[in-house]
Amino acid sequence: MRILRAIFTHPSGRIGGTIVGLYLVVAILGALGFTPHDPLMQFRIDRLQAPDAVHWMGTDLFGRDVASRLMVGISQSFVVAFASVALAASAGVVLGLAAAWSGKGWDGLIMRIMDVLLAFPAILLALLIIAVVGPGTWTSVMAIAIVYTPIFTRVVRGPALSLKTRDFVDAARTFGSSRYYILTRHLMLNLVAPLTVQVTLALAWALLTEAGLSFLGLGTQPPASSLGLMLSDSRNLMEMAPWLLVFPGLAIMIGILGFNLLGDALRDILDPKTRRVAA
Amino acid sequence: MTPLLSVSDLHVGFGRDPRASEIVRRVSFDLAAGETLAIVGESGSGKSVTALSINRLVDYGGGQITRGSIAYTRADGRTLDLAQASERELTKIRGGEIGMIFQEPMTSLNPVLTIGEQIEESFRLHRGLTGRQASAAAKDALDRVRIPDAARRLKYCPHQLSGGMLQRVMIAAAISCNPRLLIADEPTTALDVTVQAQIMALLAELKRETDMAMIFITHDIGLVAGIADTVMVMQSGEVVEQGRLDTVLDTPQHPYTRHLLSAVPHFEAGRAARTDFRRPDTPAAPALKVEGLTVRFPVTSGLFRRQTGAVHAVDGVDFDLMPGETLGIVGESGSGKSTTARAILGLVPPTRGRFSANTNLREGQGSSAVQMVFQNPYASLNPRLRVDSILAEPVIAAGRRVTAETTQRMTQLLERVGLPKDALQRYPHEFSGGQRQRLCIARALMLNPSVVVLDEAVSALDVSVQAKVLQLLVELQQEFGLAYLFVSHDMAVVERIAHRIAVVYAGRIVEIGDATSILSKPKHSYTKRLIAAVPSIDRRHQTFDLDTRQVPSLVRPLGYEPDPAAWQRYGPDHKALAEA
Repeated sequence: MRILRAIFTHPSGRIGGTIVGLYLVVAILGALGFTPHDPLMQFRIDRLQAPDAVHWMGTDLFGRDVASRLMVGISQSFVVAFASVALAASAGVVLGLAAAWSGKGWDGLIMRIMDVLLAFPAILLALLIIAVVGPGTWTSVMAIAIVYTPIFTRVVRGPALSLKTRDFVDAARTFGSSRYYILTRHLMLNLVAPLTVQVTLALAWALLTEAGLSFLGLGTQPPASSLGLMLSDSRNLMEMAPWLLVFPGLAIMIGILGFNLLGDALRDILDPKTRRVAA
Repeated sequence: MTPLLSVSDLHVGFGRDPRASEIVRRVSFDLAAGETLAIVGESGSGKSVTALSINRLVDYGGGQITRGSIAYTRADGRTLDLAQASERELTKIRGGEIGMIFQEPMTSLNPVLTIGEQIEESFRLHRGLTGRQASAAAKDALDRVRIPDAARRLKYCPHQLSGGMLQRVMIAAAISCNPRLLIADEPTTALDVTVQAQIMALLAELKRETDMAMIFITHDIGLVAGIADTVMVMQSGEVVEQGRLDTVLDTPQHPYTRHLLSAVPHFEAGRAARTDFRRPDTPAAPALKVEGLTVRFPVTSGLFRRQTGAVHAVDGVDFDLMPGETLGIVGESGSGKSTTARAILGLVPPTRGRFSANTNLREGQGSSAVQMVFQNPYASLNPRLRVDSILAEPVIAAGRRVTAETTQRMTQLLERVGLPKDALQRYPHEFSGGQRQRLCIARALMLNPSVVVLDEAVSALDVSVQAKVLQLLVELQQEFGLAYLFVSHDMAVVERIAHRIAVVYAGRIVEIGDATSILSKPKHSYTKRLIAAVPSIDRRHQTFDLDTRQVPSLVRPLGYEPDPAAWQRYGPDHKALAEA
């Protein structure tokens, strides 16, 4: 509760928090089917309708309601983004802690593998993985998760290395605390703040990567709807029906902006150096 | 004659509304050329802020002078109000006329430039010297601060020099342009006692040679005695007492000054040593027995990282510790005193040697009868855990459940160490340094240990808090029959708590025995040096000798074994290593 209040007193947190909150509401409504129309229903007579009172964002080439498809698309994109970031964060925490704790050999091995993964541009690596496994929603989740694992590994390993040498960890060793206890209570608990910031920022990137993959036809498959797919469908009709391009494009842009602003705010709030000013 | 510096009614504030949050209030003093003013106070007393406002470095820290004037008489006789001066005038004065030395020499020099380049910098800026002239001037500056082999040292980078050497380099840079005022902000706090004595001697000599005025900031009123002409005591932003050195030290008026002079640990050459414990005449079972403890760290070199030598951090340390007794382990940084403590707790694997804690475990003891309290109370408590979780950790580590009994013990211990009842539900950051150290002590006592290792346990605390924590430690010892292994660099503190003392030098015990005997009649040359270096009010009129000896390297070739210790007895419980 305290953190929510802190977010809404922070200037960019207020904007970012509001945007992300609205998106979550839209995504949940979309997922539960509370859309203005059936997103798959083809209104044959209303093909390529400009926005009006019935179809708030117009209709596409098949006469499907853009607003409804957008809602479903946002929920689809959110599912992919949240699932992949959750996977990447868990893998990163495990690998980063393992690297920092075991040191020397394991550390070198894990971090070199992460360096190799990090050397590829995100979208290229995702393409490579999908080329091997085949397109689909869950493969794109896996691909995005693998792409962002190295970043989480690094974010965890750095602070974990310094926490490991702190006196309170030494103190725990003198009591004979178990490795599990030290890792969870002393290391993990102190990593919550940097991880929260990283998760928020990673959600923005994952949203973008998912849109990119679907745009290329490698993520979510039609007739299901996703933001990238909608953009991709609209590109030949850009001049005739600009609303097909504008609404999904804006949805991606504002969504990413929201997560980034929220991430910046969280960084300010959770950083102990600036926290004192706020408190 | 007008004084060099005349500060009147200085107020300094911080933050958005500096007037509302003033850190320093109503400070006034005069300083004549060639005189030294010592500002004494504990952390948060505003002593550093006062000094930093004089060269207006306080502006860069977010501070602002809200009221008052700082009249500074320049070399040409004109008077300038530094509180109103423009940044351009200040740049000329800083370094050129007012020099400054900081507390931490390691971080105030740029690590990627040679020290020569950094000293030449100020000659370039303020005197317009270039090239060979500048390096010749830099060499002279190093000679002035008695750095041996100055020409070669100019090409060294900061990491190649010890802390004491670096602080001399800082002094060389600060006095390079013959400043008329030198501000020294705790210049010796980060240094060892013998090095501190060297720096103090150097400052005293420079003062005699150059007729430079000095503002010396310190938390240690004992240090003031050797150098200051006038003393100003500050407490929470205000001056509580100021006057000539002898007047303030001999007839302190304000209760706070009296408190600093009496309650705070001062070295008294063994007169203040504890006498509440005597070793039994018949041999009893010691609480901790250490035999031939040796810790070596491998040194590798070359392409294949072959081991070419070893750092002999601890080299054959023997001692025993009776229940209810305190053994003080004294030494300087790098002497191996902390490594000894850490080896006993299993934080560093010993290369050789045995140690056995009393095997008759007491009731409620965990697997280990030895517990530890660390130096830094800010680093040794996990900031994300509540106090109840922190105190529960040793119990959980011992494989036991946290029961109502555990909680009861927590509350009892917290009350015993003098913390409020609601402390259990709070987080470490809500406590002050002294309170946190009390928490650490409570945590160490959770499993009812027989031995507590205190590694510099009061060194990070303010002097008056130090005295209270020491008092608490003594009470707890008597109450629970604890044996303490008290590791410290501070002779005055060790004198207050130790029954026996072991002096450690270069990884070995050079002198061990009864505290009173060692402190009043030291036998080994290193112990004598260490004791002579301790700042003391009693010895205020003695001059310091400049001693530039350095601790020898502990890196030994592979297979090196030290000669077996040849002890010389000086009393029933006092022996020292025979010197060649």
